Amino acid sequence: MGERFAAALPANAWNWMAVWRRNHLAWKKVAFASMLGTLADPMIYLFGLGTGLGLLVGRIEGASYIAFLAAGMVATSAMTASTFETIYAVFGRMRDQGTWEAILHTQLTLGDIVLGELTWAATKAFLAGTTIAIVAAALGYAAWTSVLYVLPVVALTGFAFASLAMLVIALAPSYHYFIFYQTLVITPMLFLSGAVFPVGQLPGVFQQIAAFSPLANSIELIRPVMLGRLGDNVGLHIGALCMFAVLPFFLSAGLFHRRLMR
Amino acid sequence: MSNVAIDLTGVTKLFGNKLVVDGLSFTVASGECFGLLGPNGAGKSTIARMLLGMTRPDAGDITVLGLPVPARSRLARKGIGVVPQFDNLDLEFTVRENLLVFGRYFGMSTREINAVIPRLLEFARLESKADSRVGLLSGGMKRRLTLARALINDPQLLVMDEPTTGLDPHARHLIWERLRFLLASGKTIILTSHFMEEAERLCDRLCVLERGRKIAEGSPHALIDEYIGCNVIEIFGGNPQELISLIRPYVQRVEVSGETLFCYAPEPEDVRIQLRGRAGLRILERPPSLEDVFLRLTGREMEK
Repeated sequence: MGERFAAALPANAWNWMAVWRRNHLAWKKVAFASMLGTLADPMIYLFGLGTGLGLLVGRIEGASYIAFLAAGMVATSAMTASTFETIYAVFGRMRDQGTWEAILHTQLTLGDIVLGELTWAATKAFLAGTTIAIVAAALGYAAWTSVLYVLPVVALTGFAFASLAMLVIALAPSYHYFIFYQTLVITPMLFLSGAVFPVGQLPGVFQQIAAFSPLANSIELIRPVMLGRLGDNVGLHIGALCMFAVLPFFLSAGLFHRRLMR
Repeated sequence: MSNVAIDLTGVTKLFGNKLVVDGLSFTVASGECFGLLGPNGAGKSTIARMLLGMTRPDAGDITVLGLPVPARSRLARKGIGVVPQFDNLDLEFTVRENLLVFGRYFGMSTREINAVIPRLLEFARLESKADSRVGLLSGGMKRRLTLARALINDPQLLVMDEPTTGLDPHARHLIWERLRFLLASGKTIILTSHFMEEAERLCDRLCVLERGRKIAEGSPHALIDEYIGCNVIEIFGGNPQELISLIRPYVQRVEVSGETLFCYAPEPEDVRIQLRGRAGLRILERPPSLEDVFLRLTGREMEK
């Protein structure tokens, strides 16, 4: 029984790096297109909504609407970058391209692979979120020092969403199922988590749901700092994000073991 | 290191209610080339997966390179090179990058990997393709790269699942030649195949499987002697049933496959005399091969 856990868990603290480096090498070949793809969406939201809707909204929580939105987009870009990396690219490597199969023939365990993929997805999320934060700071919507504080939160957000998406791909029989995750989980989360308007605008029950959303926890950490305020319940939000990063990781590793090592 | 590379004892595997491997036992000595032969669905690939710890047997014991599998399969895999049934190279990478990335999975440093890459490229006859993208290589080249990749960790044991399926004859012969080179350098090989010529050329010993059970085991020549033991006459054309009644007294066994008669005849001349003067018959006499053994054991009309 014990060896099943051993096969599903990382064998040591560094094996995952070989998987990360494989993905990094593949990414370097298409880095420009990949960055453009990842950043275009949050930038369009930021400037489209920020400047257009911003005129109607006026000030929110003591800041311009675009500054309010920028913090939401930092978290959102991390969410989408690691979610899409996982549900499309990782799923392809796991099921169709035989990449995982080839790795499982070496001394790596399934846990090493999952950790390597997670860390890679979180890296892409980190790149996306950081770039948006730098753009916001360059345009004067946030203080430069706040960007430094935001970096670890962006990375943690990336981990949490990669981990959740890993759970989805461990269960999904094919690509067709990911649309459910996108439309029923990711998109509603954008509106329930205070990314584009304050959670306080939601009916009470939705506010309670929002408290459990990883995106809301991430935004609650990022926004106050970018707007030059002190956040509330910092430890709680970090704890929630850690939980979303860690629990689905173990669960998905177990599910992958059942799926691939029959 | 003991001289036993692989040992299976009473290994059984069920998928649902379906018995895929049924009480299988065999031993492969170090330095030996051992073949697992059987029709599609005989359980060959499942056995290969079990050797790597990727599928858990429901009963029985497996030892690979002295280690119990799957309990210590991770450690065992450090000494194994795998050539899977379907190429799973990274198509967007170059030949060299594929080797680099794979070496890292074994914990090798970039320097260590770069030190062995020239030898592997030479072995695979891919020196001129080192910086080509794998997606642009021919099927034979991809297969050779997969073989080179399997050697990156300098394994003692190679596990190959149908190493030449889908290759043209030229590419196949080149792979066989490379495998004989590896055997000469002391590697142990276990390969699955439904390709009898491959098994006859490469394997020291082999085991024929049908529905997960071992139905014969031995060296190719011993099996040919044991199960056939005489020349084979193939007769094509004419009415098989009529011909059978004509020649039956002069042959050990006679089988029909499609429109061809296979006669196992200790005295081929007697058969020829019976057929003399019959127009429209094509007669071929040849020494027995492993294919005859395989078809005798698994039935000529198997794959219908």
